[in-house]
Amino acid sequence: MAEGLATTHEHAAHPGLQHHFENMEQQREAGTLGMWVFLVTEIMFFGGMFLAYTLYRYAYPEAFAAASNHLDIKLGATNTVVLIFSSFTMAMAVFSTQVGKRRNAVIFLVLTMVLGATFLVIKAIEYHDKYVSNLIPGTWVPGHPFSPNVHELHLPPEVSVRNIEMFYWIYFAMTGMHALHMIIGLGILTVILILTIRERFSPEYHSPVEVSGLYWHFVDIVWIFLFPLLYLLGRHMEGHMG
Amino acid sequence: MSEQIVQPRIYIVIFLALLAGTGLTAWVAFFNFPGPLNAVIALTIAVIKATLVVLYFMHVRYSSRLIALVIGSALFWMALLFALTISDYSTRAWLPLR
Repeated sequence: MAEGLATTHEHAAHPGLQHHFENMEQQREAGTLGMWVFLVTEIMFFGGMFLAYTLYRYAYPEAFAAASNHLDIKLGATNTVVLIFSSFTMAMAVFSTQVGKRRNAVIFLVLTMVLGATFLVIKAIEYHDKYVSNLIPGTWVPGHPFSPNVHELHLPPEVSVRNIEMFYWIYFAMTGMHALHMIIGLGILTVILILTIRERFSPEYHSPVEVSGLYWHFVDIVWIFLFPLLYLLGRHMEGHMG
Repeated sequence: MSEQIVQPRIYIVIFLALLAGTGLTAWVAFFNFPGPLNAVIALTIAVIKATLVVLYFMHVRYSSRLIALVIGSALFWMALLFALTISDYSTRAWLPLR
């Protein structure tokens, strides 16, 4: 293909090509790079919360172990599998678009969204359990101020309930922000699904699908770290305390 | 560099590896390893899983070096954030909170 600066746009440019790009290849790479730069800011955003978690876990190890052992490991593990599965179906949706199989792309996008919604439902069940057990930090929930059942948590005598509360602040901040990202992801995938049905993507032009996939996988990666840090560390101390 | 299409076969292998990693990390969490080993093992498995997602699901293995540089810069700044903050907190007394 002739790549003369002045002539590039003259011969039958793809309708998806924006005027400030030389060709589809350059446009696709610029889009991917831009998405990665955005994901870097997301990494730093979640990084601050992971740092807060690290510091407080280091400061109050017994309180954090006791508090995290109250989380439901089965629901947490199920959600991990659900999210990993959704990342797989998302990757398959991108592949289907790349090879021009629109019907498969629609199926995989719908599957990804169903799995994402399943994750949020399970998360809501967990949040409800915390609500019932008075484990939502602070005193702002009517009738349910933070007041854990100390016997159920097997607290060593020197551990303060305030430090348990700190774990739940971090738990709700991190899983809440993650869930918000999931909801935004579902919104993005809704748009991608509609555009796919309207035949807007092809093997030549599918950057929006690819870039949305990057976002979805990033949210999966955040959970890959949240699951062991929030649910698993401290499990081996179960029965050794209190 | 033209776009390289990753075959479903590779996605399936990565998916199975991620499932195995999830099972492994949940299983070993109940063993009592000495010192901080439990955290080290859990984080090692998480880093391996995340790396698989980045390299294959997110196509970084098949992308330009520029993308790798951007990700490397993110990890560098994360390391700075953790190293400087932890060096501060670990060398000062905490305010009494109890």
